[in-house]
Amino acid sequence: MGDINLSIDNQVVIVPEGTTILEAAKKAHIKISTLCNHPDQTVKANCRICLVQIGEDQLVTACSTAVSEGMIVDTKSKLVRETQLGVLELILANHDQNCLKCIRNGNCELQDLCEKFSISREDIEIISPKDISIDSIPMDLSNSAIVRDYSKCIKCNRCVEVCREVQDASILAGSFRSTDYTVQPAYGKTLSQTLCTYCGQCLLVCPVGAIYEKSEIEQVWDAIDNPDMHVIVQVAPAVRVSIGEEFGYEPGTPVTGKVVAALRRIGFDQIFDTNFTADLTIIEEGHELIDRITNNKTLPMITSCSPGWINYMEGFFPEVINHVSTCKSPQQMFGALSKTYYADKIGIHPSKIFTVSIMPCTAKKFEAKREEMATDGVPDVDAVLTTRELAKFIKTVGIDFNNIQDEKFDDPFGITTGAAIIFGATGGVAEAALRTVYEVITKEELKELDFYDVRGLEGIKEATVKIGDLEAKVAVANGLKNARKLIEEVKKGTSPYHFIEIMSCPGGCIGGGGQPINTDKCIRDQRICGIYYLDKNMPIRKSHENPYIKKIYDEFLGEPNSHIAHKLLHTHYTPRQI
Amino acid sequence: MKKTISFITENFNKSSPDLVGGFQGFQRAINMEKEDIIQEIVLSGLKGRGGAKYPTGKKLMQSAEHHDKEKYIICNADEGEPGTFKDRELLLHDPYGVFEGMLIAAFAINASHGILYLREEYKYMIDDLKNALNHMRSLNLLGDRILKTELSFDISIFLGAGAYICGEETSLIESMEGKPGRPRIKPPYTLEKGLFSKPTLVNNVATFSTISAIIRNGYEEFIKYGTVESPGTKLISLCGNVNKPGAYEVPFGMTIREIIYDIGEGIRNGNSFKFAQIGGVSGPLVLPKHIDTPFSYEDLNEIGVPMGSGAIIVVDSDNDILDYLDAVQAFFKHESCGKCTPCREGNRQLLNILSRLREGKYSQEDTINIEKIAKTMKYASFCGLGQSAPAALLSAIEHCPQEIFKRRD
Repeated sequence: MGDINLSIDNQVVIVPEGTTILEAAKKAHIKISTLCNHPDQTVKANCRICLVQIGEDQLVTACSTAVSEGMIVDTKSKLVRETQLGVLELILANHDQNCLKCIRNGNCELQDLCEKFSISREDIEIISPKDISIDSIPMDLSNSAIVRDYSKCIKCNRCVEVCREVQDASILAGSFRSTDYTVQPAYGKTLSQTLCTYCGQCLLVCPVGAIYEKSEIEQVWDAIDNPDMHVIVQVAPAVRVSIGEEFGYEPGTPVTGKVVAALRRIGFDQIFDTNFTADLTIIEEGHELIDRITNNKTLPMITSCSPGWINYMEGFFPEVINHVSTCKSPQQMFGALSKTYYADKIGIHPSKIFTVSIMPCTAKKFEAKREEMATDGVPDVDAVLTTRELAKFIKTVGIDFNNIQDEKFDDPFGITTGAAIIFGATGGVAEAALRTVYEVITKEELKELDFYDVRGLEGIKEATVKIGDLEAKVAVANGLKNARKLIEEVKKGTSPYHFIEIMSCPGGCIGGGGQPINTDKCIRDQRICGIYYLDKNMPIRKSHENPYIKKIYDEFLGEPNSHIAHKLLHTHYTPRQI
Repeated sequence: MKKTISFITENFNKSSPDLVGGFQGFQRAINMEKEDIIQEIVLSGLKGRGGAKYPTGKKLMQSAEHHDKEKYIICNADEGEPGTFKDRELLLHDPYGVFEGMLIAAFAINASHGILYLREEYKYMIDDLKNALNHMRSLNLLGDRILKTELSFDISIFLGAGAYICGEETSLIESMEGKPGRPRIKPPYTLEKGLFSKPTLVNNVATFSTISAIIRNGYEEFIKYGTVESPGTKLISLCGNVNKPGAYEVPFGMTIREIIYDIGEGIRNGNSFKFAQIGGVSGPLVLPKHIDTPFSYEDLNEIGVPMGSGAIIVVDSDNDILDYLDAVQAFFKHESCGKCTPCREGNRQLLNILSRLREGKYSQEDTINIEKIAKTMKYASFCGLGQSAPAALLSAIEHCPQEIFKRRD
């Protein structure tokens, strides 16, 4: 393809054929305003904000129009400015403009546009305030993870695309037409009436406050305020490389010590690391795998730590239930131990312990509320906060996060390994499992700990590892559409693997639905770098070498997959139907 | 003097493939080189009769460049433009003429499948149309190796669900794929990637009818009618406050006055002509000062009026222009697909202001904002529906503001 010469705002620009005006303008350092456009998605051109003039009387959307030879583009003519403003006003005319009470106040793409276009000026108003009508359907508060506020939806269709094209769930669609047009589950159902996985990818791409997590900050405050409650908190691996973004750090910057310190200032009694139970997961899951391989049981075995994946599997592929590891996720293993082993150790009744999780995930909220995730009516985990909620929490309390001194996690769930940290990135669980399974089976030291084949944003990755006589075949998928490809093989009985790791979200937990809103491909990459940086610098990098893991088996669990381990650390799955 | 023509409508109520002379056009086509068939359509100057006025010959030529094994021809009978009923007349009175046009095109471009996309409101015709197709099959005018040629082609009928937007070809295709009828981004164009991503030629019913008439009679006969730039004839739908509404075949170049007063036999009750809308409700108003404009692409263009589907809605002096505009805007609000902001939200806002204008109780801002909103729709909408929805209103504001802004305090 050849090069195209064109003029944008009187600058000559030369770009390859097929480039859009939007991309070409970027090259000329001109930032055309967009709204429905998203760096990871296809061009939609339905918001109509990115208008440019290409003829005496013609406007086109820069996102969807390819450049042509000799094209003369004006991005700031009177016609462009007036029409863009008109479109913006029309969006606002059906948008709940109660910004002060919106979860996305200060972090909203529509609000940014209003600022840019000085929409506050009354002399440019084209819609009379009395004509602003929010006639949306009621909010969807049907589930424990995700809220949809239809009065905020601007119908950009980003959530529809991610749900269909990335997560393969196709829960959302555009219903009805004209002013009744609504982006919602088909047949007007609530999310809880669908097979929604609660992965939260929809809310990561939402430009406004139309989709967000169901907050549990108030429940956590109540527990902290209650002097009779012993409130403990666990922090998931992926949170420490992303939460810094909310305080101005580059994506991927590890801020573990600051998170611990901030949690202590907030008033949690003990600050623990989910990495501890990630190590425990590797021991339990690793032994389950060894058992399945040596005793010719169902293979491949598929990981179970991603609750979005579990929801997807129970809803769309219940046929593979027997392939999924019975291990609870690290969050739930932690919860179970906190109300048993830990309760005993500190001599507090489980009903007086309030266990909070800080998760990069919205599906974790759903997981914690599952019936089977409770012991004698006491939930293993009482409240789940997303990375975003924690950032808000820290800001509310008024902690100077950037200047706070690093602090360390508490014992006994504070000593962890590099193998646990990498749970936060796609491929991490597989790599951590390989580090342990290799040494348990061969009883030899693994020399090369880095399994580069399973790292990175590639949708499906594979590795073959020689473990003694066994050629262990491992596959890793991130994003549910990629998962589907591997699972279809499992369903047909043609899967060549022993072990499959599946993470619901693109990039793994670092790209989870609870992470900071600006998440895109580039930021996912940076967070992954942060994860492997932490791993590289950990003194212990294999789960089975964690001394506290050895201790908990000695003191409490006996041995991997023991009766008590099964009771507390393993679970079962049920087909989901609608 | 008889003003109407019987060129396209020659076989109304008498066509049947087994009558003597039936399917003459197709019989002639299969003895021609494919390039020559297309060339003949090019020479006829025929333009798309649905309203987009794309040269039909050029479209056939471009379509012939795609050599996929699966290739679709769709006849767009989703005739939803208010006041337009020419396709209904063609399908009722000469369905074979339509199907013959599809056959000729299929032969010329090597298409494999034909589909008639019939609007839901024309469901009552479906049995007759199916019978006609079966009759053609019994005569090997459809099926494998039609009349011993290389062409294997069949036509099926797809029934729409009632959305106006599905007359737009990409929305039509979306709806055939089982999706909601909403327009696609172009390119890719349907000629390259249409139904199920296969090359697809979409033409209006009247375009196919005209193709069969042209090939049957030779393009020379066709271009004897009309003007140099708008050769031939066109089936128009004349309606509104005329004494004799109906579908009439007229040569291009006849004036609007002749159409209304001679063919339509004038306006009811001897009322005076207030305005007309040509091409349905998506064009600007044609005012009394324009009534002597010849009905041709070039002359209408001169007064800023697109021909569109060729419907002519005549409105007499008993009507209030605001009532009319309100009905037009209500129609577009009902039919907007909802995909893009300007069309989804704009019609509603125009109706808000129109209702205040009709009461005569409006603000100074309303008089300015109505135009701003209308222009936002015109310049920013995703497809032709939203772009043309405010056309009538904008022309009314320009030409007769005194009738729009009448304060009743």
